[in-house]
Formats: sequence, C-alpha cells, structure tokens
Amino acid sequence: MAVPGARARGWAAAARAAQRRRREERTGGPARPEPASRRAALYVHWPYCEKRCSYCNFNKYIPRGVEEAAMRKCLVTEAQTLLRLSGVRRVESVFFGGGTPSLASPHTVAAVLEAVAQATYLPADSEVTLEANPTSAPGSRLAAFGAAGVNRLSIGLQSLDDAELRLLGRTHSAGDALRTLAAARRLFPGRVSVDLMLGLPAQHVGPWLGQLQELLRRCDDHVSLYQLSLERGTALFAQVQQGALPAPDPELAAEMYQAGREALREAGFRQYEVSNFARNGALSTHNWTYWQCGQYLGVGPGAHGRFVPQGAGSNTREARIQTLEPDNWMKEVMLFGHGTRKRTPMGRLEMLEEVLAMGLRTDVGITHQHWQRFGPQLTLWDVFGTSKEVKELLERGLLLLDHRGLRCSWEGLPVLDSLLLTLLPQLQEAWQQRTPSLVPGG
Amino acid sequence: MWTVLGPGWGRGHALALWAARRRLPGPRPAPTREPAARRFSSADLKEKLDMSGFPVENTRNFSIIAHVDHGKSTLADRLLELTGTIDKTKNNKQVLDKLQVERERGITVKAQTASLFYNCEGKQYLLNLIDTPGHVDFSYEVSRSLSACQGVLLVVDANEGIQAQTVANFFLAFEAQLSVIPVINKVSIMRQPCYLLFSLPKSTFSISAKLGTNVESVLQAVIERIPPPKVHRKNPLRALVFDSTFDQYRGVIANVALFDGVVSKGDKIVSAHTQKTYEVNEVGILNPNEQSTQKLYAGQVGYLIAGMKDVTEAQIGDTLYLHKQPVEPLPGFKSAKPMVFAGMYPIDQSEYNNLKSAIEKLTLNDSSVTVHRDSSLALGAGWRLGFLGLLHMEVFNQRLEQEYNASVILTTPTVPYKAVLSSAKLIKEYREKEITIINPAQFPDKSKVTEYLEPVVLGTIITPDEYTGKIMMLCQARRAVQKNMMFIDENRVMLKYLFPLNEIVVDFYDSLKSLSSGYASFDYEDAGYQTAELVKMDVLLNGNIVEELVTVVHKDKAHLVGKSICERLKDSLPRQLFEIAIQAAIGNKIIARETVKPYRKNVLAKCYGGDITRKMKLLKRQAEGKKRLRKIGNIEVPKEAFIKVLKTQSDK
Repeated sequence: MAVPGARARGWAAAARAAQRRRREERTGGPARPEPASRRAALYVHWPYCEKRCSYCNFNKYIPRGVEEAAMRKCLVTEAQTLLRLSGVRRVESVFFGGGTPSLASPHTVAAVLEAVAQATYLPADSEVTLEANPTSAPGSRLAAFGAAGVNRLSIGLQSLDDAELRLLGRTHSAGDALRTLAAARRLFPGRVSVDLMLGLPAQHVGPWLGQLQELLRRCDDHVSLYQLSLERGTALFAQVQQGALPAPDPELAAEMYQAGREALREAGFRQYEVSNFARNGALSTHNWTYWQCGQYLGVGPGAHGRFVPQGAGSNTREARIQTLEPDNWMKEVMLFGHGTRKRTPMGRLEMLEEVLAMGLRTDVGITHQHWQRFGPQLTLWDVFGTSKEVKELLERGLLLLDHRGLRCSWEGLPVLDSLLLTLLPQLQEAWQQRTPSLVPGG
Repeated sequence: MWTVLGPGWGRGHALALWAARRRLPGPRPAPTREPAARRFSSADLKEKLDMSGFPVENTRNFSIIAHVDHGKSTLADRLLELTGTIDKTKNNKQVLDKLQVERERGITVKAQTASLFYNCEGKQYLLNLIDTPGHVDFSYEVSRSLSACQGVLLVVDANEGIQAQTVANFFLAFEAQLSVIPVINKVSIMRQPCYLLFSLPKSTFSISAKLGTNVESVLQAVIERIPPPKVHRKNPLRALVFDSTFDQYRGVIANVALFDGVVSKGDKIVSAHTQKTYEVNEVGILNPNEQSTQKLYAGQVGYLIAGMKDVTEAQIGDTLYLHKQPVEPLPGFKSAKPMVFAGMYPIDQSEYNNLKSAIEKLTLNDSSVTVHRDSSLALGAGWRLGFLGLLHMEVFNQRLEQEYNASVILTTPTVPYKAVLSSAKLIKEYREKEITIINPAQFPDKSKVTEYLEPVVLGTIITPDEYTGKIMMLCQARRAVQKNMMFIDENRVMLKYLFPLNEIVVDFYDSLKSLSSGYASFDYEDAGYQTAELVKMDVLLNGNIVEELVTVVHKDKAHLVGKSICERLKDSLPRQLFEIAIQAAIGNKIIARETVKPYRKNVLAKCYGGDITRKMKLLKRQAEGKKRLRKIGNIEVPKEAFIKVLKTQSDK
C-alpha cells in the first residue's frame, strides 16, 4: 500500500508529528495569515456501507463491489476542481465522512490528501478526521490510515449494549467497540472521538447512564451524544409505525441528555456544542467551522458545501450540493470535473440566519465580533436589544445578551430550536426595517 | 294476547300486538287493471295535460311513512312501476331520493311527489304520492306534507318491528286524522316469526317491496280505504305550499296541494304569509319529473312557478290564494325554527369565497337553514348556521362536501338558550324581556336575569328490555326526566323522556346505539323551554381568557364539560418554553385544571454539512407557521388546538 508521491509522504509524516502535539482551542486564537475568504474546510463523502443501519437515512449505498480506483480518481478530481473554483489558499481541516469511509482503502484517503496538499496549502497540523466503524480487528488498518495522513478518528460506537447494537443494525459488538477505541487511542492519543446514542426505543435512563460511565472510563478527550431521531424510510421508523417497537420517549431522552451532559461536565468535559463535548482543548476544528459559518467545500456524492467561488470571479457565497447517486456523480465528475448538482446563492439575510442558528449551538455563541463579520450594518443589539419577546427569553434565563455577544445558557441550549422560533423572525423583521429598499433576503 | 298500550294509544282505536304471521292476508280476487301507461304515454305527456278529467272522487292523496331503512323508498319505486309512471327496470332504486346523501344514508331529506295514474275496475284514478322527509328533524315538513293527505301507508320492517320513529310518524298521521294502512315490509327475508305491531281496525298488508310481492294489493287499499279529499272546485283558490325547490333558470318551484278552487297560468296569486302578489307562469304535476298542465284543480297536487326569487317566498305551510279573493289561511303555518346552531368555517381562509357560494346555493333549496356571518379569532371568518336538528346539520354538511367539494370545520353544536331579563337597562337595550342567546359571548350576567331557559325535547326510545337499565342511566346522566315507560311487546320497551336539547345534540345518539348494540332507536320532538341553571364557563390559559372557548353550560355539567375541554386542550397544545396552566372557571372559581409541561429538549442533535440546509428550512417553516398562531397572553395556540376543542366530536 504505497502512498503515491514523495510530497504526500512528506505531508503525512509531518502530520503524524503534529498529531502528537496537544492543540489549543481555536476560538479566539491568533489570527491566521490568510483572510477568512481564502480559507476553507474540506468534507469528503464516501458513500458506501457494508450494511444498512436501521436508523440511518443518510446518502449511502450498499454496493456489490466498489470500483475503488474510479471512485478515488473522481474524489481527487472533484477536490481539485472545487479548490480551484473556490480560490481557497489554505485548507484548515479535512473530514472523511460517509457512508463508512473506514471501508475505503487508506490509499484513497492518501490520494485525496495529496491532491489537496498539491492544490493548496494544507498545514501539517491540519485536522484530518476519519469516521470509523468499530471492527473486530482494528489495529493495523487504523495504523494504515494514520500513515495515509489521518490524525483524528471519530468512532461510531453508538452503544455499549449488544442488544441495542443489534436493534440499530450495527455490525459490531460492544467488545469490538471497546477494542477499536483502545486501539485508536494508542495510535491517535488525544485525538479520538466516540459517538454515543440516546433515546432508543425501550432505553432507560439508568442503564444508559451506566453505559456513559463505562465509556468515560475508556474514552479519550472527545465525546458526541446524539439523540436518535426516527427518520421516515428507515427500518426502525417502520418498526415503530407497525408497533413492533415502542416509540422512543422524548421525556426519557431529555432526561438522558440532561444527566449525560452533567456527567460529562463532572468528568471535565466542556460542552462546546449541543451534541459535542471535549476536554483538554480537543474540539473538532472541522465541525467548529460549520457552526461558525466558515467556508467549506463538499466533495463526493451528495456532499454539501458553502463557499464563494472566487476562482470563477464571484463574490457571493453559494450553498452547493453534489449529485447524490455515486454512479451519476462519477459520470459528471469525469465529464465536467465536478458533480455539483445544485448551486444556490446565499443572501446576506440568509447568511445571518445561519450565523444565528449555527452559532447559538456553541457554548461561546455569537460574539459581537463574529456577528460584525457577516452583518456589519446591524449589531446584535440592534436586532435583539429591543424585542419584547427576546427580553422574555433573557428574563427567563434561557438566553444571554451582553458585552460578549448572544448565547444560550446551560438551561437554554437544550431548547434552542424553540428559542430560534422567536429569534429568526426577529432577525427578519429587524433586517427589513433596517434595509427597506432591499428585497427580503437579498 | 292483546295488550292495551296505555292511555296515549286509545282514542277508540284498538291498538294491539300480535304475531305478524297470523294475519297474512288471504287470497283476494285480482282486480282488473289496464296499464296506465297506455292511456298516458310519454308522447301524450309532452302535450299539456288537461287535469279537469280527474274528479275529486277519483283522487287519492297519500303518503308513506316509515322508520329509516324500513323500505319506504323501495315501496315508492314499486308503486311508480306498477302504475307505469316509470319503466320497470332493475335500476329503479329509490327513484324519489334524488340526493346522493339520501341514497347513501337511506334517508329522505327532501320530500318528493309523484302523481300516479291508475286504472282500477274501469275507473281512472289519480293517486298523488307525497313522499315525506324521513326524519323527525323535519317533522314540521312532514306535518305539512301530511296535511295535504287523507291517508298514509305506515311501513314497518318485519324484522325490526316498531321503532321510535314509527311511533312518532304514527302520531303525526293519527293527529292529522288520516286513514292509516299498516304495511309490513321485508316479509321475504323475515328471519323468524317475530312479534310485532299495533293493529289498526282494518287488515294489515304483508309485502316485499324489494320483490314487489303483494304491492298491487296495497294500491287497491289506497283506493278503497283512503277517502278522496274534501275539497271544492267551485270555491276560490286555496293552495297549501308543502315544499319548494329552487331552479337556477326558473326561480322557485313551489309544490302545492289544492284544497279549493283552480289555478292556471296567468292567475294572480298572493302569499298569505308575505302578502306578496305573483303571476303564475306555469302549473303542472310531478310525474315524478315536472310535467306542465293547463290547470290544477281542487284535490290535486302539483307544482307552480310564479316568479318567486327566493325559497323564503314560498315557505312550507304557507297558503296561496287568488288576488282579490282572500281566503282563511290553512292552519298550522310556522316559520322554520332552528333548534341547533353550529359555527362553520373554511379549513383554509382562502376557501372562504368558495364556501360562501356553496352555502348560498344549498340554502337556496333549504330555507330552514339560518345563516349569520360570524368570525372567530382562531378560525377566521365563517358563519353561525341554525339547523332544524342534528341530522339536518349532518346532511347539510355532507351535501356541502359531496355536492360542492367543500371541506369545513363545524364547531360543536349549541342550542338556543333564553334569558328572562330583570335589568331595566338591558330590557330597554334588547327591546324585549326574553332574549335568545345564540352566541355565548352575549350571555347576560345572572344579576341581570330573572331566570335562564333551555330548550327541551320529548324523546322516545324503543329498546329491547335487556338494555333498559343502561339506557335509563344514560338518560339520567343527560339530565332527562322520565315521562313514561311501557312494554310494546314481549321484550321491547318504549321509554319517554324529557331531555334538555343540549344534552342530546353532541353524542347522545351514538352512546345510545353503542350501549344497546345498535338495537335501540331514538326520536324526539320539540317540547318548548324549561328553566335551567345555566352558567357561563371561561377557559383560561395561564390566567388569560380564551374568547373562542367561552361556553354556556348547565351548572350540574360544568365540571364535566370543563374537565373535558381542559383535557382536549392539553392533548392538542404543543409544549412551550414554560409551563401552561389550562383552567376552566365559572366567575372566579376554578373548576378544572390541566398542565402542559415545558419543553425539556427540542434541539436537533446532529447539525453538520447537509443537515444545515435542512434544518434552516425546517426552522423557517416553523417560524412562518408561528406567525399565524393565535397568542393568548404569551402562549401560542395553533389553529388545530382550537379545532380539536371546538369541533364536533364524532369519535366520543
């Protein structure tokens, strides 16, 4: 499994050295050389899975055989095309998601990283995350990914209960999960994340907390807690519809979430986002970019991106979606160099709405400085300072608006979606009053 | 085994019970009969008929009355076939029931009339069959139709026996002093020799209307046993309006029965009720479709078109007479009196105009529906409609849906309460001492009122004895007072109760049917007003009154009703960021309470790349929807919550 090209080898080696360094939190860190408009995160979508999970409605395919060489070539081509189009000079992070990207060969990962490093500046300490599913014999394969340039792992552990894992349609056991976690920690110390699900049908608070405690004894510095959402079209949804399984109880899920975030806080984790917890500064910079409305390129079937195609002379940010089906996507990439299916220019108001909805998911919320970058003509005080309804939320202690900016309180974060139903219309109203001559959203 | 049924059944007629099969009529000499169609072929009918050839003594006016589904319309089909009025085909199913809802539900909503020509023993008879609406909601219409008749066929299903409606209909006919010919139908599918029926002096006919068995003998009996109308052709015109319909092109078509005189095209006629004068454009008979004639003569039944533009100009029960020849109006005229009110709103306000036009079209044919514009903060602009009764309301709603494709929100029906005012100021304001309260918002305070009144009805329930106990409990729970109870045969009981009308408008009939496994039948008639301890009940959300949920209830029921409203609201109010207290209150006294707990978690767990677009769309849609929510204090109440509380509950 040779990594092609000396330069990529060089980059992978530098990255390995970098992964041993503890990194400081990125927020409020020193200003980086390139302006924000010339920086981006890169998401790479691997669309294949071994087996369909009962809860998953993501864009994934269970192929009979993957033509990996063709897939690799297309991922590389599209990454090159989009990087050129975006005019991005520095890639801050790369995230291999899916699907099950740990089923791809490390060679493919290395090829994409090399292409990125060739096309733009990919610093040696850039965060390169791979989503990995637990397996029975994880060690050598994870090491190969490390050699390919991956320096962070996100393990889809989901549960430490074998019955629950079967319910979720996972192929691994709790034992596999813990073995994979241990192997990952050896290879990527301080840079391993685990996902744990909550709110499964028939799941109870006590046993679930037991799982979390067990995980806290074994885990590294990053944990994600996800509440199961029943998605139409999944096997689990059908089973609940048919009454074969009890519907998940939202009350219990709320209780688990609350107990879980408290347990994580006691264990020294910072809840830096609704579902994400880190200690020792091990935040995911890639995901942080999403919540801070930074630019990101999406490569691969169905991948989403948000960036200004400066390379094509534009200065309007676009929301982009790549073609969903891998075969069609590949054809398009081979024909046009990319498989972008949909491009939607984003208005200034629309950007502010995303800044609001995404920023409030984080613990720091939206700083005045951050807001100013997207809406220089309208301060947070202008928008929210005089609203009676917002005042009520502040008085209830769900929301904070002060010299630092706007953010959720500990109590407010779990009900953010309700808060946004007050904040979003308020933003729209303030926007229209302030800029009456402009078309709404324009 | 003759059993006298009680004082109400007497009046010289022997009423008794016996086994139906004992009185199957023996063979009769077959009457000679020429097919009527030969004398009045359809070609002839295209010419204007001369009706002068039917003297009064050869005319019979009769009606068929029966409980729902006992075979009235099927018998009418056979009579129409036998007399050659319609061709005998397999397709004749409820020919006179023209509306989709009538055919579907097996009920007659709109009276239909057919003139049958029948030759019997060398004489040409004119038999006018006046089909009546088949439900007591329409008892006034039935009584007017019956007043044009001299006899009725009382049809009873051999398997089901007498039902509550049979009794009600019987009394209507009985009070009108009509000859009653009892007909036992469906003998062909009689499952067992069942014990039936009160007897009238003369024999009973056992028929199968479906197969036509023995139907001809019924026709004979109509001629033999029903007297001709007592009328005079020489007197000035006196015509009873017993029905009216609206035709887009020709205006109002009034169905009339002539008690005296003659009417023809060109006559100037006057409505006794409105005192308006009209010129007759067309007269004719119903065959069963309209067939114009030169004239209509005393004793005959037909239609008349006279430039009336609105069905309210031809109200049922009104008398028509010739201009400058006034006559004593026929007795018994009443304006339609709504007994049940309900709000009607379009599901979407953009449908308002369509619904408005549909309601206008339907009420063109049904002047008994009263329409007042109304609006609700929650449901938008709509109407408050008054109906004769529950079935009338259901039928109206169903016709809107079927014939005009309109979907509507119908609020829980209410009844017209009254208040006798004591406050001089209020009396001056209303210009009367006794006011009718249709909208709960107008409910006057107790301090300004001598007493409140509620409408009551006399209900008749006929049930197998085994359910009597449960039914009596149900009636008691509905504040009903028992008036009478008697066995009508070996195992069936007839109960009479005085019910407050509002106790039966919502779900009484369904409860009765379900606790008697469908066997009990129910019917009711208007019984005026009674004093009632009524109170106004408010519904509060975190202390703020919800105007659209103000309800007038009987004091004894306030707790129950309040509890049910609170529970329904609890089930339909979405959680909010804070706790919501739902309370029902009378004045300052809280009588029921429910709590909606606040949200604990409602933030989407995952939010990365592709989720962002989806989430933003969802949030914006929700925020957009939130703008349309009605705010009570700081609580957002979706329209669905109001609908759930206000809507007629059919599933309860």
